[in-house]
Amino acid sequence: MKTTPLAPTLLPAHLIPGAALDTGKTVGKGVNVRHGTLLTLEDINVSFDGFQALTDLTLYIGVGELRCIIGPNGAGKTTLMDVITGKTRPDSGTAYFGEQYDLTTMSEVQIAQAGIGRKFQKPTVFEALSVFENLELAQKANKSVWASLRARLSGEQKERIDEVLQTIRLEASRHRPAGLLSHGQKQFLEIGMLLMQEPHLLLLDEPVAGMTDAETEFTAELFKSLARQHALMVVEHDMGFVGSIADHVSVLHQGRVLAEGSLEQVQNDERVIEVYLGR
Amino acid sequence: MTQALNQTLLARATAKLGPQVSLVLGLLVLAILVAMPLLHLLPAEHTLHISAYSLTLVGKILCYAIVALALDLVWGYAGLLSLGHGLFFALGGYAMGMYLMRQSAGDGLPAFMSFLAWTELPWYWYGTSSFLWAMCLVVLAPGLLALVFGFFAFRSRIKGVYFSIMTQALTFAGMLLFYRNETGFGGNNGFTGFTRILGFDITATGTRAALFLATLVVLLGSLYLGFVLARSKFGRVLTALRDAENRLMFCGYDPRGYKLFIWVLSAVLCGLAGALYVPQVGIINPGEMSPTNSIEAAVWVALGGRGTLLGPLLGAGIVNGMKSWFTVAFPEYWLFALGALFILVTLFLPKGVVGLLRKEPTP
Ligand SMILES: Nc1ncnc2c1ncn2[C@@H]1O[C@H](COP(=O)(O)OP(=O)(O)OP(=O)(O)O)[C@@H](O)[C@H]1O
Ligand SMILES: [Mg+2]
Repeated sequence: MKTTPLAPTLLPAHLIPGAALDTGKTVGKGVNVRHGTLLTLEDINVSFDGFQALTDLTLYIGVGELRCIIGPNGAGKTTLMDVITGKTRPDSGTAYFGEQYDLTTMSEVQIAQAGIGRKFQKPTVFEALSVFENLELAQKANKSVWASLRARLSGEQKERIDEVLQTIRLEASRHRPAGLLSHGQKQFLEIGMLLMQEPHLLLLDEPVAGMTDAETEFTAELFKSLARQHALMVVEHDMGFVGSIADHVSVLHQGRVLAEGSLEQVQNDERVIEVYLGR
Repeated sequence: MTQALNQTLLARATAKLGPQVSLVLGLLVLAILVAMPLLHLLPAEHTLHISAYSLTLVGKILCYAIVALALDLVWGYAGLLSLGHGLFFALGGYAMGMYLMRQSAGDGLPAFMSFLAWTELPWYWYGTSSFLWAMCLVVLAPGLLALVFGFFAFRSRIKGVYFSIMTQALTFAGMLLFYRNETGFGGNNGFTGFTRILGFDITATGTRAALFLATLVVLLGSLYLGFVLARSKFGRVLTALRDAENRLMFCGYDPRGYKLFIWVLSAVLCGLAGALYVPQVGIINPGEMSPTNSIEAAVWVALGGRGTLLGPLLGAGIVNGMKSWFTVAFPEYWLFALGALFILVTLFLPKGVVGLLRKEPTP
C-alpha cells in the first residue's frame, strides 16, 4: 500500500477542518461546551467484584483535541471507554459530555446518538453485510424502526458513503462482505463507520493493531486531519504512532492517571518509566 | 489445465443458470399448488382427481411452511431462536376454533361446555360467533402475547440460549393451561366436530379447495412481505443485530424496537397459519403447544437454510413429506429419524439445503 500524505481534497467535505470551534459555544447539534471542555470525567470509580478497575479517575478532553491514552495491559483503558459509552456504569463519579449530557444516566444508544462514536479494541463490523451496507447503517440518520422500514438512500447520502469509501481506501471492496476483509481493512471500515456517524467525540481503542506500517502511517495522517473538527481519544500501545499524532498523552496505570503531558514529558517521568520497565 | 478450465466454465454456467432454474422450478411448484384444489373439484372417478386426504396433507404442509418462514424471520435474520412458535400457531388455531365451535353449536353452548354443566359462556368467548371478531382474535391473541413477552425479554436483554429456553417454557406453560378443563378451551380434547364455516359445509369439496387457496395466498403474501423486509434497511439492521448487537447500539440503533417488531410480526404470521390449519385438519388440541412441535419447526428452518426466504419453505416441505411417509411406514422411528436428520444437517449442511443448491464456485 502506497502512503501519500493526505491531501485535503481527498477528504470528504464534512471532514475538512472548517471554522475552528470557538469555546463557550454549541458544537454541532446541541452539545454545550464551556471553557472548551467536551468531556468531563471526575473521580470515576469502577470495580468488578471487588477488583478496582478505575480509581478516582479524572480526565478532561477539550473540543477538537487529539488525546492519546497509553498504559500497560490491564490498566483500565478499555474500561474507561466502557464508562464513557455507557457500557459500564461507574460506582461513583461524574461523567459529562458537553455541559448537559450526564453520561452516567444515559443508555449506550442515547450516548451514541448524542455524538460519541466508538471503535472497539477487537474490530467489530457487520460481517454478513457488504462494506457499503456497513457504512449505510452507520450513517447519521433517523434510526428508529419506522424510519428504517421506509428508508431510501438519497443521492446525497450515497455520495457521502462514496466519499468515506475513498477516505478509508475501500472503494474497490465496496460490494465485498465485510467478513472477508483483512484485519487492517476491517479496522479502516470501522473507522469509516465512525466517520459516517459524524460524532463530536471519537473513541478509538487500539486502532492500528494489526495494521501494516504503511497503513499505520496513513491512519496517523487521517486522525490528524480529523482533529479540530472532532475530538479524538485514542488508546494505543504503538509509541511510534502515538508520537506521530498526539499533542497530549495521559498515562493510565492500575486504574489511575499516572501522568499527563506531551509524549516526551511523560516518557521522561520516572513513575512512568518504572511502570513500563518494572514489568 | 483444460480440465480445470472446463470446470470453471461449467461452474460459471451453472451459477448463471442457477437463478433461472430455480425460477422455473418455483413457478412449476406454484402451478401445481394452484392446480391441486381445482383438481379436487373434479368428480372422484376422474383420473386427475385429487383426494381430500392429499389436499389436506398438502394444505397442512403449506401452513407449516408459513410457520417456518415466520420462524426464519426471527431466527435466521434477527438471530433470536424461538422454541415456542408452536404456541402462537396454536393460539391462532384456537381463536379460529372458537368461531367454528360456535358455528356448529348454533344458538346453544359448545358441546364441551354443556358437558361440564356450564350454563354461560365465559367472557372471553363473547363475540366469537362473529367471523370478523374471531379473525381479530387470530391476530390479537398471538400478537399481544408476543408483544408482552418480547417487551420484557428484550428490555432485560435476554439473549441466546436463555431466550430459547424461555420461549420453550412459555409454550409448555400454555400447553398445561389449555389441558385444564376450567380454562374453557375443551381441555385435552380441544375443539373438534366442526360442521360449518361462514355458512358453508366445512367438508364440502368447494370449501376445502377455498381453504387451500386461502392458505396459498397467505403463504405467498408472507413470502412477499419477507422479501420486502429482507431488502429494506430494516432487514439489514436485523442482520447487523444478529452478528454484532453491541456495534449496532454504538451506531445509535436501539435493538429493542427492531426485535419487538419482527418478533410480533412473526407471531402474528404463525397465528394466521394456525387459523388456516384448524378448519382443514378439523381439530385443535393442546398437543399443538407441546415443546416438540416448536423444536420441529426449528428443524425445518435449519434443514432448509436459515436466513433465506425459500429455505424454510423447502425445509417444511421436505421434513413433513418425510414425516407423513414415516408415520405410515415406521411410526415408532419418526422421532429418531428427525433427530438424526437434525444432527446430519448441523454437521454437514450448516447453510441447509439451499446452501447446498447455491454452492458457489470458490474463486
Ligand atoms: N467485565 C469485567 N469483569 C471483571 N473484570 C474486568 C472486566 N472488564 C475488565 N476487567 C478487568 O479490569 C482491568 C482493566 O481492564 P481493561 O480491559 O480496561 O484494560 P486495558 O487497559 O484496556 O488493557 P489492554 O491493553 O490489555 O486492552 C483488567 O484487569 C481486567 O481484567
Ligand atoms: Mg483494552
